[in-house]
Amino acid sequence: MAMNLLLPGTAEAAALKLPTLSLWGGVDPFSGRLTNPALPHCGESVKGKVLMIAEPVGSSSSSAVLLELLQAGNAPAAIVLGRADAIVALGILVAREMGWATIPLAVMPPNEQAKVADGATIRVE
Amino acid sequence: MAMRIVADTARLLGASRLVPVASAHIDGCLYHGDSGTLFAERLVNDGGRASVPTTLNVGALDLVHAGRVRLPPERMAMARRMMDAYLKLGCRPTWTCAPYQAGHRPALGQHVAWGESNAVVFCNSVLGARTERYGDFLDICAAISGRAPETGLHLDDNRRPSLLVDCAVLDRRLVEEEAFWPVLGAWLGENAGGRVVAFAGLPSKIDEDRLKAMGAAAASTGSVGLFHIEGVTPETFERPREVLKLSGTMLHAARDRLSTVRAKPGDKVDAIAVGSPHFSFAEFQRLLGHLDGRKPAIPIYVCTGRHTLAEIERAGLDTSALTIVADTCIVVTPILPASGGLLMTNSGKFAHYTRPNTGFEVLYGSLADCAETAVAGRLVREESLWR
Repeated sequence: MAMNLLLPGTAEAAALKLPTLSLWGGVDPFSGRLTNPALPHCGESVKGKVLMIAEPVGSSSSSAVLLELLQAGNAPAAIVLGRADAIVALGILVAREMGWATIPLAVMPPNEQAKVADGATIRVE
Repeated sequence: MAMRIVADTARLLGASRLVPVASAHIDGCLYHGDSGTLFAERLVNDGGRASVPTTLNVGALDLVHAGRVRLPPERMAMARRMMDAYLKLGCRPTWTCAPYQAGHRPALGQHVAWGESNAVVFCNSVLGARTERYGDFLDICAAISGRAPETGLHLDDNRRPSLLVDCAVLDRRLVEEEAFWPVLGAWLGENAGGRVVAFAGLPSKIDEDRLKAMGAAAASTGSVGLFHIEGVTPETFERPREVLKLSGTMLHAARDRLSTVRAKPGDKVDAIAVGSPHFSFAEFQRLLGHLDGRKPAIPIYVCTGRHTLAEIERAGLDTSALTIVADTCIVVTPILPASGGLLMTNSGKFAHYTRPNTGFEVLYGSLADCAETAVAGRLVREESLWR
């Protein structure tokens, strides 16, 4: 699978696919639940999933939301983005600096992501 | 630790060098949980201090109006600790998402490290300074180290537009409307897809508050960090070959998406919220002008910064009809009633984030619509130009 690992780690879990997402305004930092009714899977938790976002968008606070998910143990098992996004990466980098658990971050172009079925088990390494 | 995070990010982004920055604007001072507070306090304990002039974005508390924010006491305390930590790091207590209207205006071509998506797009587009879209935490690390990864919008190549959007065919009366600009921004965010877009066929003079509203909408519906407007924004560029003619119909659809529900004139509205980005003094004057001394039947939340409060006080402006929120805003911390309801706004950014962050449904309208609706307590919206 055409996947480029930006930050190291290994994960194997069910894919939770979203066409687009801003972690801030899209995920409740305290529970890990998806909160945007305009997007699929609203109300579900990202915890333990391989969160696949075709087009990452939006707020610079997304790194803070991810850091909080990581510290509290509500983070996805891995994140796969349609293109590299430093904002998402920073949440993981800072968690590492703070000595908290981290997760792998990968880039997979949207056309490759389209080949993965929503909910299918996917391995990130 | 700060330098290591900057260097790691640089490596991740494939930047071969770091670039010295002249200033920073920090988005990371907003409380999203204890992790951010612990990170800021770690920087303080490590002896960190901003090495360049640094302003602060909104926090989770209104330090001017006690009781405005409904956070539980433990979170309130952690949010306060976080704000205090950033002050100890030597940042200025500006607490605004419009630092560029609070005297922080880097020069054309200057490299800076700014967080907060609307501030980034304004800094790059309207001021012509250069910042990448930094996430929380990299901003303060860049402020402390005085360096940022030389990548993204710091580089000439990435600032050149690849698509020209021609607005010449749009109804001129629509373009003159204040409510046109957030819609144009929302359309841009939805359609830019990571590209830098240049606009042609827009007026040669555009009020700064309109550009601010456009950029904020574009950075909410998409991840726009820079746009150009021919004859308006300061950076020169070569016209891209690819041209898209923007039609009224395309914009009408973008406008419709800024409301989360359909409503009829006369439907009950529960609140008005404006000031994302933070309201300027001129915007206060316009809103009070629309109200013209009439008393609103529902609350009008106006989010703004201390710099504007000071101006209001100097000018002796009577704002007693408004519920002013300072240092923070209604979509980043609990201020609106938990019961939810229907909210009207003239902000593309509020339109985008209000429902997921507060539970309120949203109607998009102009500032004049917001004032008329506030007075009536029911939906009043002038839509003739949008049909």
